[in-house]
Amino acid sequence: MDLHLEHLTLTYPDGESSLTAVDDVDLTVPAGSTTALLGPSGSGKSSLLAVAAGLTAPDHGVVRFGGEQVFTSATPAARATRERLNRIGMVFQSPQLLGSLTALEQLELHAHLRGRRPASVRSRALELLAAVGVADHRHKRPAQLSGGQRQRVAIARALVGRPEVLLVDEPTSALDHERGTQVVELITQLARELGAATLLVSHDASTLTTADRTVRMRDGRIEEPAGTVAA
Amino acid sequence: MFVALRDLKNARGRFVLMSVVIVLITFLVTFLASLTEGLARESTSAVTELPADRLVFSMPAPGDSPAFTASQVTAGVWEEWAQLPGVQTAEPLGVATTRAESAGTTASVTTLGVIPGSALAPQRVTPGTVLLSTGAAEDLRIGTGETVTLGGRELTVAAVADSDASFAHTPAVWTSLEDWQAIGARGADGDEPVATVVALTTSGASDADLAAADNENGTTTLTRADARSAVSSFAGENTSLTTMQAFLLVISALVVGAFFSVWTISRSGEIAVLKALGASTAYLLRDALGQAALLLVGGVALGTGLAAGGAALLPGTVPVALTAGTTLVPAAGLIVLGLLGAGVSVARITGIDPHAALAAR
Repeated sequence: MDLHLEHLTLTYPDGESSLTAVDDVDLTVPAGSTTALLGPSGSGKSSLLAVAAGLTAPDHGVVRFGGEQVFTSATPAARATRERLNRIGMVFQSPQLLGSLTALEQLELHAHLRGRRPASVRSRALELLAAVGVADHRHKRPAQLSGGQRQRVAIARALVGRPEVLLVDEPTSALDHERGTQVVELITQLARELGAATLLVSHDASTLTTADRTVRMRDGRIEEPAGTVAA
Repeated sequence: MFVALRDLKNARGRFVLMSVVIVLITFLVTFLASLTEGLARESTSAVTELPADRLVFSMPAPGDSPAFTASQVTAGVWEEWAQLPGVQTAEPLGVATTRAESAGTTASVTTLGVIPGSALAPQRVTPGTVLLSTGAAEDLRIGTGETVTLGGRELTVAAVADSDASFAHTPAVWTSLEDWQAIGARGADGDEPVATVVALTTSGASDADLAAADNENGTTTLTRADARSAVSSFAGENTSLTTMQAFLLVISALVVGAFFSVWTISRSGEIAVLKALGASTAYLLRDALGQAALLLVGGVALGTGLAAGGAALLPGTVPVALTAGTTLVPAAGLIVLGLLGAGVSVARITGIDPHAALAAR
């Protein structure tokens, strides 16, 4: 299912005035493809991602999955939470794994959040951990894993619920160039296999060689028209 | 409780420390409750175990509170109450704490004077004899057939009753009202005082009837349970010990609340991530409150068990009474108040913004 961001605008209060973080953005990410969103700090990339994930309600505009309107300025927080759980996978800047859970449990948690038995996703979780190359570390907690291994577990966690949309925020910021490139390659490959529309925010273009499309943002606006292939 | 159970296991040190605090507070509350009950029994069991449902006190001065030490009822008052419709039995009861001397020792006892054959004593008492409670027999180290001097009057022990009744922390003994009047120095005939109170057994007498009779006779009628407050040692002890228990319950709620407040703040980053992953606020509150409940139930159960075990090992001279009221009720109170404290603390979960998981605003 394609991800459509339509006329999205987001402002934050800034003292007595306001700051426009996202300024009338239109962007479409086709299902099964990865769109990289590049731009300097403060350009609005992460804010756009937050709106696409329903973490922040936009002032104006609509987020659609296929033809279905999912998030608007009026979407209640509880509904946004449900949509994230059922339809969106998220990978954060730092892996943000839960300290008391093993790698396998990080993935099984998704089933528990959906009211299912954790064991119901065990085989899928093991497959994904194998796909990201950390199956041997499935019983380790985050403190026992390296930074790269933690990020791989986070990617597997984002995909365990077979999301329609995958939103990735600066996944390579804590990794060296080689590992960063590998992580982006892994994300694009798994997103393709899964058919998920993937929006990947980064500030490092050199790691994005496998992304299907690159879009640049500056001052809250998309610099290049959506659909431009720049990779 | 997917995450909560794993947190308990992973942050074992912190939760064990908190559990120890809960166990110690529970131990203290349970022990205090048992001690309060034990002391109350020592102060009032001779009153609360009476086969009567109300006690009539004389009121020396208007506005006074009824007190066993001040009350003196006359034969006239007794007869008035005996004739009141709805009163099945009305019997004079003398209550006086006196010095008792046996061949071997001396002790303080409370002498309860009753009409010979009265049901107010556990067995029949006749003039010239005394019936001892088990506590009095132990304190005076005497048994049936031996003699004891009560307030200068020598009496023969008719029997040791199967009762551990006591009054104002002294064991009870029962004599005839005639002997009690000599010991208690409360006059004898006419309008002279004959006893301390009148014990009533009522059936169908309304509160209004009793109040009217009180007005007419210048008396105050209390239920058997309310009459405990007329025992001078009871009110002070009970109030101070109950206040301590109440403070401990509030302190435990605050301690539990403070712990979960710090715990929730320390994991607010993880909570933001959980929300960003799709965990509902209700799920997170259930998880956190479940964790608190587990901690509280475990700690309180262990503390109650330790207090009960410890109290059972104490020598009989320590007046602790283990009942459901002194163990299960404080335990339930600790759990409920602890959950309340935890609930207030974990409520901050509702205010945590999932956007924080992105760390980019």
